[in-house]
Amino acid sequence: MTKRINRWSILTTLIALLLTVPLWVLVSFVFEPTNDNWAHLSDTLLPEYIINSLWLMLGVTIGTLLLGIPTAWLISQYHFWGRSILHWALLLPMAMPAYIIAYTYTGLLEFEGPVQSALRTVFETHTVNLWFPEIRSLGGAIVMFSLVLYPYVYLLARTSFANQSQSVMHASRTLGAGPYKTFFKVALPIARPAIIAGLTLALMETLADFGTVQHFGVPTFTTGIYRTWTGFGDTTTTAQLSILLLVFVTVLMAIEFWSRKKAQYFTGHNQPLNKTLPTLTGHQNLLAFFVCLLPILFGFVVPALQLLDWSINVASTQLNSEFFALVWNSFSLAFITALITITIALLLLYVKRAQQHAFIDNTVRVAGLGYAIPGVVIAVAVMIPFAWLDNTVDSWARTHLDISTGLLLSGTLFALVFAYCFRFLSVALQSVGSGLSQIKPSMDESAKTLGANNWTLLKRIHIPLLSSSLITAFILVFVEVLKELPTTLILRPFNFNTLSVRAYEMAADERLADAGLPALLIVITGLIPVIILSKLIGKRHA
Amino acid sequence: MRELHINQIESRHQNTVILNQISLHLEAGEIGCLLGPSGCGKTTLLRTIAGLQPITQGSICLGEQTVSSDCVHIATESRKVGMVFQDYALFPHLNIADNIRFGIEDFSKKQQQERIQTLLELVDLSGKETRYPHELSGGQQQRVALARALAAKPQILLMDEPFSGLDVELRENLARQVRGILKAEGITALMVTHNQNEAFAIADSIGVMNSGELLQWGSSYTLYHQPNHPFVADFIGQGVLINGTVCSCSQVHTALGNLKTNVCDDFAPDERVSVLVRPDDIIHHDESDWQLEVVNRVFRGSHFLYTLKLDNGEHVLCMSQSHHDHEIGSKIGVKLEMDHAVIFPLQQENIAQAPN
Repeated sequence: MTKRINRWSILTTLIALLLTVPLWVLVSFVFEPTNDNWAHLSDTLLPEYIINSLWLMLGVTIGTLLLGIPTAWLISQYHFWGRSILHWALLLPMAMPAYIIAYTYTGLLEFEGPVQSALRTVFETHTVNLWFPEIRSLGGAIVMFSLVLYPYVYLLARTSFANQSQSVMHASRTLGAGPYKTFFKVALPIARPAIIAGLTLALMETLADFGTVQHFGVPTFTTGIYRTWTGFGDTTTTAQLSILLLVFVTVLMAIEFWSRKKAQYFTGHNQPLNKTLPTLTGHQNLLAFFVCLLPILFGFVVPALQLLDWSINVASTQLNSEFFALVWNSFSLAFITALITITIALLLLYVKRAQQHAFIDNTVRVAGLGYAIPGVVIAVAVMIPFAWLDNTVDSWARTHLDISTGLLLSGTLFALVFAYCFRFLSVALQSVGSGLSQIKPSMDESAKTLGANNWTLLKRIHIPLLSSSLITAFILVFVEVLKELPTTLILRPFNFNTLSVRAYEMAADERLADAGLPALLIVITGLIPVIILSKLIGKRHA
Repeated sequence: MRELHINQIESRHQNTVILNQISLHLEAGEIGCLLGPSGCGKTTLLRTIAGLQPITQGSICLGEQTVSSDCVHIATESRKVGMVFQDYALFPHLNIADNIRFGIEDFSKKQQQERIQTLLELVDLSGKETRYPHELSGGQQQRVALARALAAKPQILLMDEPFSGLDVELRENLARQVRGILKAEGITALMVTHNQNEAFAIADSIGVMNSGELLQWGSSYTLYHQPNHPFVADFIGQGVLINGTVCSCSQVHTALGNLKTNVCDDFAPDERVSVLVRPDDIIHHDESDWQLEVVNRVFRGSHFLYTLKLDNGEHVLCMSQSHHDHEIGSKIGVKLEMDHAVIFPLQQENIAQAPN
């Protein structure tokens, strides 16, 4: 018995170690001396990366809070026109990757785009150049991120507002506080940890973004890492730049962890809010409706319509075998990755469940670190050890066997799938883990006392109870892989294209309309997990 | 501190009457208690006084001021009521001192500090100012909630099941402490509970509610000895109803013999009625000639509660000292000690409260 337990524990530790090898390799570069490129970088570009990243984070903080908190408060506290649709439709922008919404607004707002053309027609300023804010700027990027990332704040704030005890609000009223004081001094502070947790998730996405800032020409860490890697091929400097970015991410992770812990105290034993919400009437009703409609309109409906328009225009020429090869590449890659990721997650979680040991708990936690690490960094971190291995094997083979083995790992699909697995394992761990946590060990024991053997236990108890969270995990990983841009861009084999890479390449070539079809397909697929998410929440609140 | 005057109020929720024609009066400094099963409307009544629930008829006055009627509804925050909630509703993000400070922020800093110190001493929590609610025990949280509600010297203190989250052993003790605090500050208070021992421990006057109606309002002694409704008789204390026949203006005939009563004006001679018999009306006495059969018994530590069979088959309860140990089926001697029998119109089913 003891021996078998040890074997499983060792296997788990090995998997966690192997998956995280890229991370440890990367961290080892902390001790590597810096070179000339670094000196050049720190004199010129690095301050810009840091300042731009800080501005982005500040702007996205303001933007997501402004969009997320009022909508969350209205939806959680009042009945108004369209609420039953708005409350889940507010999640729709989550299906829109930031780089795709950036392409659509570039198309909409550029000089030849529909908005400026319409303005010129109205004001008849054919000759005079009408001043118009440049969307491809830092400010534009902030708006794009805010529009697609506010759902994180909305979701967590709404849950927190809805779970706040009604009696706490009433206590505030009996102590002489009116509605405004009650909101600002009671409801908002109690929701603050949840809001901060949502905000840090949005900021981590902002830091991880590559496509938007690249398209808008805003130099940040991710574009810098990409440039240093592809332009200079300087491993050391790329790795060191990546580590610097990871420092930012770690700070955010720490804040998120701390906030979630605090949020537990803040919602402790309170009873959930009474179901009877007051109904808004008249202009208040209208105002609430528009406050909740605008983020959906600009974060989803408008860009989706633009994508649809582009797609229809190019469908006749672009819907060809080349496009279907693209779809096949993307979908099969996402399918295989999802399967492997979930298998690993299941293995880790079952060992964790059986062992109930702090060491295994922490091992699983470390294996799930990938989600916090930006895709660019993961790609670089995977590339470094794989390329080293390839080179070592190749030179050994050349000298001893007189043959060249070429690229065995790097530049193959293996490297890509490996990177995806590391990056998205925590998505699978969370989803499968929440399903598995419903199967209490006492259920196993009671089934056994009722005469069930291991196989019956699995078939009658575990599989039925786990199936829905397995499917959810599969879809979540599938869609994440489909959306992922920088990892794919760096690690894909030569001439291997996916939907996201195609959209990126077309946009980079200023052929925005040609990016429409692949982008639209990504968004449509991205809707599936959003629908699942809103269903899950609906069930919890029913 | 003001008096509370509730006059004929009615409250509805989506055409369901939650409160039906309720009137009650609390003198300044009096402690009242609403007692009733869950869903009887007692919490709703408390919430109408706090202004958290509108009323459709009648009026609620605090002192001279009408705070609720069919056309007046003063906002909760302007009523100056203190309320202690069932889950205490402490603000989790504020420490104890700041929780108490919340309602008195318009006081000067010095006054705030003094008031907080006074209250913390009153509820025996001095030195815990900087603790947070989740760091306190349930009983301590309850006392913070009380201190917070009292801070701004409200016109009336409302308490919604304030002890229900606590251990049974703590409850009565804490209820007595709270009564001491309220009396020391001379506070008018109204509490809601479903536990009669809590009500007895804290209240000057008790109201028994059922199905949205206030059935009786009086002292605990009156409610026990002179209930005016079978529901009150059942809800307060133990007892059974046995059949009886009114024989004259002050006598009712039952299987226990002819009993004295003084409320028979409402009943015609020869009318069949139900008569309330409490366990302490029938005293176990070994020498007595009057022997009844034991059909059930429950050991209660300080006493035995016997169920005895009368000659006509009806059952009554009898309390005896705990060393009087008699088997089921044996006969024990009893005697009657009842001043005035409480009688009700004949009930469909007599309350057969089997001891448990």
